[in-house]
Amino acid sequence: METNEVYEKLKKVFEDGIGELKTDVPVDPFFFVSADKINAVSLFLRDEESLQFDNLSCLSGMDYDKDNLAVVYHLYSYVHHHKLVVKVVVPKSNPVVNTVSDVWAAADWHEREAYDLVGMTFEGHPDLRRILLPEDWEGHPLRKDYKVPEFYRGMKVPY
Amino acid sequence: MADIRTEELTINMGPQHPSTHGVLRLVLKLNGEIVQDVRPEIGYLHRCFEKHAEAMTYPQVIPYTDRMDYVNSMSNELAYVLAVEKLLGIEIPERVEYIRVIMCELQRIASHLVAIGTYGNDAGAFTPFLYCFIDREKVLELFEIVCGARMLYNYIWVGGLSHDITPDFIKKTKEFITYFRPRIKQINDLLTYNKIFIERTIDIGILPVDVAINAGATGPTLRGSGIKYDLRKDDTYSIYNKFEFDVCVGTGEYGTIGDCWNRYIVRAHEMEQSLRIIEQAIDVIPEGDVQSAVPKRVKPVAGEAYIRTESPKGELAYYIVSDGSLNPYRVKARSPSFCNVSVINQISRGHMIADVVMILGSFDIVLGCIDR
Repeated sequence: METNEVYEKLKKVFEDGIGELKTDVPVDPFFFVSADKINAVSLFLRDEESLQFDNLSCLSGMDYDKDNLAVVYHLYSYVHHHKLVVKVVVPKSNPVVNTVSDVWAAADWHEREAYDLVGMTFEGHPDLRRILLPEDWEGHPLRKDYKVPEFYRGMKVPY
Repeated sequence: MADIRTEELTINMGPQHPSTHGVLRLVLKLNGEIVQDVRPEIGYLHRCFEKHAEAMTYPQVIPYTDRMDYVNSMSNELAYVLAVEKLLGIEIPERVEYIRVIMCELQRIASHLVAIGTYGNDAGAFTPFLYCFIDREKVLELFEIVCGARMLYNYIWVGGLSHDITPDFIKKTKEFITYFRPRIKQINDLLTYNKIFIERTIDIGILPVDVAINAGATGPTLRGSGIKYDLRKDDTYSIYNKFEFDVCVGTGEYGTIGDCWNRYIVRAHEMEQSLRIIEQAIDVIPEGDVQSAVPKRVKPVAGEAYIRTESPKGELAYYIVSDGSLNPYRVKARSPSFCNVSVINQISRGHMIADVVMILGSFDIVLGCIDR
């Protein structure tokens, strides 16, 4: 099933949560979903007969532009062999997104990594703490305005 | 006799440990010897690859991708380079495609030899470890002939390769194929069908199929549970559709489908399939210039690309976001071991500590890939 067909299906069920569809970008088309609806949309994507996206291939957090952060979901279906790309954009002043770790268990660690490196908060996540960096590290490195701290526990950081 | 206190004991299987295959910390909650809970803690090898990649140009990122999964450098480079080439939209010569496939399959053999050897080592069998490494030496010699490096190559470039192969390489690869086939049987006789090894690995760590798919486990971990899914066939990339090979799954020959032995046997069989692919490719490499499509400056259009490849550990994918400049805007590496390790809690409950070591070894993790 192509992305625009999935988009039409979703638009019928969730009218206000689905943003616009972008098809003329290289390489894969994608569409936006609002931050508070992503859990419900994910449940629908996973359980609906003709869609059955049972595998979350990758979840990446990124610094979208000057004022926004984004989460990008790459989904795949082992049953129907189709793929999908979904994006959620949130403002930097309030980067809160619904978690999807109850829909796909793969999202558990990926969301912890997005929280760690980019600073997005996932509402409803069972165990949101830093995964790659030490627990007492300050700052979120993958943001574009990140400044490396001078000292960490008495050790000089830039060398 | 006074009542014995039976409390839950929390033990740290610390980052420095000979059986954790790297710097992985497992916090075990035990009731005597039985494991109640396993909590993996990672991040001891975090080198901020993704932040560094934003400061480099596209070709300069390739040595960094080598060092992510340092046992499989060719597969990492291929996954990254395929995504960049998709964004650039260039055509690469057929000679380059054939050589890349040969290199990746040789790398698959080398990686599985490490997995098999160290897995036997975890179980206490020290001899197969050295036998596997003798064979791995031959593969590393082949890589050294081509690009001068044994482990971290910087060989697969955007649009081509860094060096062409010589007739000496082709001759030695054919010699390797005839040398290695009987060695697979020898490793199977030593380790795979060894009664003690079978007793150690059957019926532990059973990974049900729906848990595996939901948690994103891929590669031999998923195929050991019986699903016949291989990205080289089902979502094909490069020129893998031109070659004939079988997809190996765990069949329950010993133990139950989805346990450690079946995950292990997938790797043992895959080495034979890699030899088949190399045999089919080595004689029909077309002529050409490997550097002809390498661009002077890599400046893709603004967009994103996500290409999934089958590395020996599972599904390795790079998600590259480009904003039209010389440096990538965001590079995200989806690593197979990251998702494979996250299921260890669910499948280790109720087993003993020695079984946790075997379960961890059956996933075949490399911490460079998990931590990036």
